[in-house]
Amino acid sequence: MKTYQKLIISLFLSSTLAGCSMFGGDESSADGMSGGASTSGMGDGSNYSGHPLDNPSSPLSTKVIYFALDSSAVEPQYEAVLAAHGAYLAANAGVSVIVEGHADERGTREYNVALSENRAKTVQNLLSLQGAMGNQTEAVALGEEKPVAMGHDESSWHLNRRVELIYPAH
Amino acid sequence: MKRIVKIALLLSIMSSFSAIGAALKIEITQGISSAQPIAVVPFSSTQIVGGLPVDIAQIVSDDLARSGRFKPLSRFDMLNKPSTAEQVNFRNWQSLGQDNLVIGKVTPGINGLLNVQFQLFDVYKGEQLTGFSIPASRSSLRGVAHRISDLIYEKLTGQKGAFSTRMAYVTSTRGASGKTEYKIQVADADGYDTKTIVTSSEPLMSPSWSPRGDKISYVSYEGQRSSIYTQTLKTGQREKLRSFKGINGAPSWSPDGSQLALTLSKDGSADIYIYNVIARSFRRLTRSYAIDTEPDWSPDGRQIIFTSDRGGKPQIYKMSVNGGKAGRVTFEGSYNARASFSPDGKNIVMVHRVNGQYRIATLDLKTGFTNILTNGQLDESPSYAPNGSMILYSTNDGLKSILAAVSSDGKVRQKLRLQGGEVREPAWSPFK
Repeated sequence: MKTYQKLIISLFLSSTLAGCSMFGGDESSADGMSGGASTSGMGDGSNYSGHPLDNPSSPLSTKVIYFALDSSAVEPQYEAVLAAHGAYLAANAGVSVIVEGHADERGTREYNVALSENRAKTVQNLLSLQGAMGNQTEAVALGEEKPVAMGHDESSWHLNRRVELIYPAH
Repeated sequence: MKRIVKIALLLSIMSSFSAIGAALKIEITQGISSAQPIAVVPFSSTQIVGGLPVDIAQIVSDDLARSGRFKPLSRFDMLNKPSTAEQVNFRNWQSLGQDNLVIGKVTPGINGLLNVQFQLFDVYKGEQLTGFSIPASRSSLRGVAHRISDLIYEKLTGQKGAFSTRMAYVTSTRGASGKTEYKIQVADADGYDTKTIVTSSEPLMSPSWSPRGDKISYVSYEGQRSSIYTQTLKTGQREKLRSFKGINGAPSWSPDGSQLALTLSKDGSADIYIYNVIARSFRRLTRSYAIDTEPDWSPDGRQIIFTSDRGGKPQIYKMSVNGGKAGRVTFEGSYNARASFSPDGKNIVMVHRVNGQYRIATLDLKTGFTNILTNGQLDESPSYAPNGSMILYSTNDGLKSILAAVSSDGKVRQKLRLQGGEVREPAWSPFK
C-alpha cells in the first residue's frame, strides 16, 4: 500500500516537475521565448506554470499539517502531503526545509516545546523515508509560543497544534 | 461578614494602588475571615522638609493585606493617629477590635539620611512586641517599608516575611503591525518598580532566579533557535550557554548556585542535563526515549524532579542528581507537569489537569495528598514564595493571560493585573 502511494506520488511529481522551468535545461527555451515569437506549453493538463511548491493542485502546496491533542502522530490525510515533500527534497538535494513544530496553549510551556519537537521530528522522519537527507531538514520546536489563532477554544487550539514546513530559499 | 471584609479590603487596595499608578494592580479575590485585625497608623514626618515620596504605612498595610493573614484597619476608622508610644491609648484600639497596632515616624538622620522608626504593639496586653530604627535614603523608603512588613509578619506569624522579594515574568504584546514583542520584566513583589531586563521580537521563556537573586537564566528564541542565557541583573550583561541542535530549555538553578538543570534534545528526545556553571560542562541525567523536561531541584540539592511522559502521559518523576533510577511521584490524574519543591521540601506544586481544566495543585510528598488550589481553565507556571506562604501562577482572565497568587493552603487568592499585554511565567525571587 505504502509503496503504491509512493509510486503514484513520485510519478505525479516527475510529471509536474518536467513541466517546470526551474528544473529543466536552458531557461529561455523552457519559457518558450525565442526570436520574438512566444509560445506557451500546455503542461500536463494543469495550467500551472509557477513554482512546484506553490502549485495549488499539488500536495506540495500544503505546508501546514495539524495534530490531535497531546499527540505527535501524523494523521492519515497528511501522509500524501509529507510523501510529496519528501520526494521533492529527495529530487532536489540543494533544497532545505525547516520543520517547525507547534502546540496549543494547554499544558505547560516547556512540555509543549518538547511535544512540538516530537511533532516536528515525526514529520522529519517521514520526509527522510522518502529520501530527504538529514542535512536537508531541521526540526525546530516552538511549543505554544507562536500561535496562529488567538482564541481559547478548540477551533483555535486545532489550528495551533501544527507543523509548518518552511522552505527558507523559497 | 466575609464578603464585607473582602469588599473593604478590595476597595482600600484598589484606591491606594490607582493613586500612584503601579504597573501591576493587585486585587484580593478571595480572603479569609480569620485574618488578624491590625492598625497601621500613618507615619509622622513633620520634621521632613517637603514630606516623604512614599506613604510607608500604606505600603506596610497593603503588604499585610496581600498576605491574606491580616485585615488592616482603614485610616478613616482610626480615632487618633499616634506616632510615639506615649500617645497610644490602647483602649481606643481595643474598642476598634484591633489585635495589633503599628506606629512610626520618619526623622532627619545623619549625613542627609532619614531615620525610620516603628513599633509594633499587642493592643490587649498593652506592650511592645518589636521596634526598630532603620536608616534610609529617600529612594530606599519603599524597600524599608517592605522590610518593616517583613519584621511585623515574622513577629506575628513566626514565618519569615517575603515582602522584600521580587518577581520575574514574561510579557508579550502584539503591536499594531501584528508583530509581537516579548519581554522579561522584574518587579517588586507588590508590582512596583518594574524593570525590563530583555526585549525580543522572538519568544522569551522560562525565567529562573539564581539562588542569590542576582542573576536570571532564561530561554530566548532570538535567531529563530532556542538558547539559554544567564543575565546579571545589576549590569544587564548576559552570557549565552553553549547551545545545541534541538531544544535548549527549562533552566533551573541548583540551590548552591553551582549548577543548572536544563533540557536538551541533542541526543534524541528531550532529556535532563546538568550544567556545571564553573566548568561549563554538561552531564546527561535522564536517558529515556520519552519527553523528560521541566527539572527542579530539591532544597537540599540532592534530587531532581521533572516532567516525563515515559508512562504514556506527563507525570512527575524524581531521581538522584547523581543519576540512577527515576521514581514516579504523581499518580492522581492524567496530566501533572512543571513541578517545583516548596521551600521546606515537603510539598511540590504543579500543573494538574482535572476534567480538561489545567489547575495549580500541591502534592504532600509524605501523605500523597493532592490539593487543588485554583479554579481556572488554563492555570500555569506555579512558583512558590521563598517563605512558602504563597504561590504565584498565571491564569486566563477573560481572554488575557494575567498573574495570580494563591496561598499555599488555597484559602487566599488574588489577581495581579498588569497594564498592557499578556503576562505569564512568573518566577518568585529568593530572599534578598
